[in-house]
Amino acid sequence: MKKQKQSIEEATILFASDSGGGAQSIGTQMTEASAIAGNDVATLPDYPAEIRAPAGSLAGISGFQLRFSSLTIHTPGDLCDVLVAMNPAALKVNIDKLKPNGILIVDTDNFAPRNLRLAGYSSNPLEDGSLTQFQVFPIELTRLTREALKDTDLTQREIDRCKNFYALGMVCWMYNRPMDYAFQWLEEKFATKPQYIEANTLALKAGNIYCEVTEQFATSYEIKPAKFAPGKYRNIEGNMATALGLVAASQKSGLQLVYGSYPITPASTILHELARYRNFGVKTMQMEDEIAAVGVAIGAAFSGALGATGSSGPGIALKAEAINLAMIAELPMVVCNIQRAGPSTGMPTKTEQADLLQMFYGRNGESPLPVIAASRPSDCFETVYEACRIAIKYMTPVIFMSDLYIAFGAEPWLIPQVSDLPAIDVHFPTDTNGFEPYLRDEVTLARPWALPGTPGLEHRIGGLEKEDVSGNVSYDPDNHEQMVHLRAEKVARIADDLPPTEIFGEPSGELLVLSWGGTFGAVRTAVEHKQAESKSVSHVHLRYLNPLPKEIGDIMKGFKKVLIPELNLGQLRLLIRAEYMVDAVGLNKIQGQPFHVFEIESKIHEMLRGDV
Amino acid sequence: MKKRASRPIPVAVQTLTKGDFTSDQDVRWCPGCGDYSILAQTQRILPDLGIPKEDFVFISGIGCSSRFPYYMNTYGFHTIHGRAPTIAAGVKAANPDLSVWVITGDGDALSIGGNHFIHLMRRNLDINVLLFNNRIYGLTKGQYSPTSEQGKKTYSTPMGSIDNPFNPISLALASGATFVARSLDRDPEHLRSVIKSAFDHKGTSFIEIYQNCNVYNDGAFFTYTEKETKADNTVFLQHGEPLVFGKDGDKGICLNGFKPEVVSLSDGTHSNGDLITHDQFTEDRTLAYFLSRMTEVPGLPHPIGIFRSVEHPCYEGMMTEQINTAKERMGDGDLDALLNEGDTWVVE
Repeated sequence: MKKQKQSIEEATILFASDSGGGAQSIGTQMTEASAIAGNDVATLPDYPAEIRAPAGSLAGISGFQLRFSSLTIHTPGDLCDVLVAMNPAALKVNIDKLKPNGILIVDTDNFAPRNLRLAGYSSNPLEDGSLTQFQVFPIELTRLTREALKDTDLTQREIDRCKNFYALGMVCWMYNRPMDYAFQWLEEKFATKPQYIEANTLALKAGNIYCEVTEQFATSYEIKPAKFAPGKYRNIEGNMATALGLVAASQKSGLQLVYGSYPITPASTILHELARYRNFGVKTMQMEDEIAAVGVAIGAAFSGALGATGSSGPGIALKAEAINLAMIAELPMVVCNIQRAGPSTGMPTKTEQADLLQMFYGRNGESPLPVIAASRPSDCFETVYEACRIAIKYMTPVIFMSDLYIAFGAEPWLIPQVSDLPAIDVHFPTDTNGFEPYLRDEVTLARPWALPGTPGLEHRIGGLEKEDVSGNVSYDPDNHEQMVHLRAEKVARIADDLPPTEIFGEPSGELLVLSWGGTFGAVRTAVEHKQAESKSVSHVHLRYLNPLPKEIGDIMKGFKKVLIPELNLGQLRLLIRAEYMVDAVGLNKIQGQPFHVFEIESKIHEMLRGDV
Repeated sequence: MKKRASRPIPVAVQTLTKGDFTSDQDVRWCPGCGDYSILAQTQRILPDLGIPKEDFVFISGIGCSSRFPYYMNTYGFHTIHGRAPTIAAGVKAANPDLSVWVITGDGDALSIGGNHFIHLMRRNLDINVLLFNNRIYGLTKGQYSPTSEQGKKTYSTPMGSIDNPFNPISLALASGATFVARSLDRDPEHLRSVIKSAFDHKGTSFIEIYQNCNVYNDGAFFTYTEKETKADNTVFLQHGEPLVFGKDGDKGICLNGFKPEVVSLSDGTHSNGDLITHDQFTEDRTLAYFLSRMTEVPGLPHPIGIFRSVEHPCYEGMMTEQINTAKERMGDGDLDALLNEGDTWVVE
């Protein structure tokens, strides 16, 4: 049979299975293979909090969405071209995400009455005509995998666990992906269990050959490499980039990194990553709770290390008092908040950006802290590095914000040259002459970082209000007011130290879309689409939230309307309206899911048409 | 790593005095407070410890006792309620060369900071913890604390406390502390010697100090500290020695089944050989724990001294070992190589 190869611009695939059924694993494989093939890629892992929810249940479905393209992309795609559903529950949860006429691959062996009932289907969707708008490929995945692996020594249960690689083999055929990367990955992953290497390799090849020889699959697709700036690339997830950024700042500053943490989704992988870097002198300390985790970072900072801690909203709430201590003690520290859907425990495996006001105001007293946020997975590297730079230069804790969507999402990253990273200068005073623990630098207002162990500079710091210059405990009313102002002024002056704000599009016009954090991809894509339609819309994405760049007020003045899309009820909007008296309009979504591009486009459309 | 300012090797060992450790701040404890004595004994013993003044770091939480660092002319950090152990752990982990001391109270260490306290004990960083136990909240003006006896009437318990108190020594031992001791604010010599032993011990050292709050809980420990009653109500633990106490050394503690019992050494029924012999260096915690429970049996003397002193590897030492091992195996970290790790591709 003659097979066709069709060249297309891009594709979005969603793998869905029971949690633990391998969707994340094959999604990652396909991502790496696509990135290495030169496509731009963006991913969206979406999984339940339960490690192994009951098999076949709707609550237990784990999904991995991957978009790869010959063009530059910023999001993992709104809707999918291909859905690989390993059982009825995976189908039910995800079918709304499949484009009309999209390709649906299902494991028909899992569509037994019990599974259908668990998924809440009263009739079999493969037979009742409800899927006619899609190209359905019913595959006996379980039987075919068992057939392919019948000569191995594995148990049936072990054989069934290789199904996902059979599916991966099929998708590799459909998109003309070489399988070398997956082979290599299997070799490494199962180095001590060669029987699994053999089995999964067999499954992978069998799936690939199945598509090659059966008439079911007539067309495969080719996606040309995207145009990237020249350089060396790797694929990177947000939390990985955060960990690397912290190590880079440690190396460039010459300070040892002490990272205190307590396991919490979605921040834990930063701890896992950093724990691997003992040879960089990195001291990770998994502590008894969130407070202890920030406590060791503060203690380490007092001792002259780069102290950092990472958590998510609930953990940051617990750390608040200690962060405030570091603020008044004026010690450098980086606090990473990898946001998830709140309030309280909320939806721990879903994304949101509703902790902004918590980071601004979630501490007692007047407690100004620099707040900066990463925009996309690879940007976590540069942003957390910048957090370290500011912390050390200004002697202050800095809040670094990320969110689950970019923490777990992956994309190609142009690997920076170490020599190009900004210098981080550290000065530990040793001169006893005229030393005062709260004598400030005239420009930055930073106090000296005098380390225990330095002869003659013995001094005491603490959470009680300090007398200006001497640092002695003081209850003097005027001194307190002065110190409150000084601490605020110190943070405000960071605005003098920021790069110019980039305006994507014309510097003035009808509509400015102002965004921050992980919404960057969706917002930028929507604005690109609208600009391509010659609409008067520009985009500013904020990395620096406190202090805001000085030019933001003037930039907004150049536009008739301002739209602020956020995955919260309008927290940046509140700050912007309060600060600039600008009547900004919000687009707010609180579903634990990132924005779809079309949602932002339609809001832009509404605003330009004059409905809002 | 950046080299820290190198310290010149002293030609002659610097002679320090108590005055060198006294800061220029006015001490603001109530007149007559037991804290004064603890501060004075600490300032007196530090010059004898043989390390430069700048290497001492005193870290406290919140409460009367936690004002302590302000009065020491050393590096100090007055932190937040209950969290001193965490900050001290960070200081010590980042710079193991420092001599790190935690100053805390019964409320600070055992109520709000209870979790950190037990975890500090089990981690065994080389940190010295002085717990000023006055069985009351002083700074907040007289509420019962986690070491207050049941039935205690305070502002917050007008009908008497219904909480069971903690036994700090038992708690520390159960948490795996490698050095556990008790001393008294009103026994300067003993207090200094225990502080010295705590300093000499490599690993977390815990000292519970009976401390009088003369405003809100005056005399709580007088039975054990005052001349008239002390000898008959305390037994001073000495390694290798039988548990003998009493004004004339005429009483001892022996085992009756699993229970400690006071016996007379003067009526001819018992001799030293019948008594429990203290062994502070035994790895097994049973004896130390057993002794720690004596305070809960009416009529038994309170043990004072070192309950347990055993050497275990320190957390910060093991951390350094892991770093050295990692460097041996993988070489010193190379940032460029790290960033370029994994699967990479080049776009021309």
